Amino acid sequence: MHGDGFVDGNSAAGMFAEALGLDITTAVVTCAGCGRGGPFAETHVYDQGPGVVARCTTCEAVVARLVRTPTDAWLDLRGARSVRIPLSQ
Amino acid sequence: MTRTAPVRRRTPWLAARVRAVRSETSVSRTIVLEVPGWPGHAAGQHVDVKLTAPDGYSAQRSYSIAAPPSGDLVELTVQRVEDGEVSPYLVDELLPTDELEVRGPIGGWFTWRPSEPGPVLLVAGGSGIVPLMAMVRERALAGSTAAFSLVYSVRGPSDVFYASELSAADIPVRLLYTRVAAPDRPAGRITAADLPPSADAKVYVCGPTGFVEAVSEVLLARGQDPASIRTERFGPSGG
Repeated sequence: MHGDGFVDGNSAAGMFAEALGLDITTAVVTCAGCGRGGPFAETHVYDQGPGVVARCTTCEAVVARLVRTPTDAWLDLRGARSVRIPLSQ
Repeated sequence: MTRTAPVRRRTPWLAARVRAVRSETSVSRTIVLEVPGWPGHAAGQHVDVKLTAPDGYSAQRSYSIAAPPSGDLVELTVQRVEDGEVSPYLVDELLPTDELEVRGPIGGWFTWRPSEPGPVLLVAGGSGIVPLMAMVRERALAGSTAAFSLVYSVRGPSDVFYASELSAADIPVRLLYTRVAAPDRPAGRITAADLPPSADAKVYVCGPTGFVEAVSEVLLARGQDPASIRTERFGPSGG
C-alpha cells in the first residue's frame, strides 16, 4: 500500500521548518557515505517510524534523522558531510 | 522597559477556519480555508494540517495547496485514504466554520513561478495533480504564456479532479486511464509513448512513489537532463 516504502524530502519539510526555521527542501545535502550531493527534496524519506529518516538516493545511507518529542526536536546529521543552505531566493 | 528584539520566527501553526468545501470526486474534495496572517505561497507548495481532539490527541498530515494565493484563503484538495486517520474526517465530515490548524507554506523546491519562461511538462499520478493544478492556475492567473503541457494518470474518468476546468484549459491535457480502456489507448500504466517531447522543458512529476519512480526512469532513459526534473512523492502516511 505504501509504494516502495519511502516518500521524499518534500514531505518532511514541515518538521524541519518547525525545528530550524528554514526551508530544508532547497538545501543541498552531501552524503558522508558516497559523496553524492543533491537537494534535500530528492532524498528518500521514511516517515512511518517514531521519527523521519532521510536516505541518500544513490547509496541509501542515512543522511538525516529527525525525531520530535513533545518539547524538543532531535536532529542527527552525522550522515551528511555538509548541508548547503541557500541564503536568498 | 524596552522590547527585546524578536527572535527569528519559525514556521508557526496558524488557526484556520473552513470557508467552503466542494466535492471533486466520490473520494476527494476541495477545502477552502481562511487563515488570518497567511503569508502567501508559490504554486507547488504544501501545508501541514493539524487536527486536535478534545482530549488533546493530535494528528498531522501534509497536503498540497491547489490554487494560487487569494488574500488569506488557502485551498487544499484532499483524497480519502481508506482506513486513514485524518483524510476521512477532512473529506467526509469537515464543514464550513469548522476550525483546524495549518503550518506553511512549506517547500520551495517543488515550485513554479510565473517569471519562469517555460516550457513546462507536468506529469500527475492520481492526487498528485493537486500541486500541478496550482501551477496551471497560477499560469492562467498571471497571464503567463509559458508553454505548459499536462499528462494526468488516473484509474478512470470518474477519478479525474478538476475535470471541467481542465477540459476548458488552454494547455494540452492528456488523460491516461490505468483501469479503463479509452478509444485511443488501452488501459494501463504510463509509458514513454504517453509523454510528449520534453528535452527543453522543466518537468514536474507528482504522485505516489511508484508512479514518480516509473516516470523518472522513462524520462532519464530518453535523455532528459536530471537537473530539469523536479519530483514530489507521496504516500498515505497513515492517511
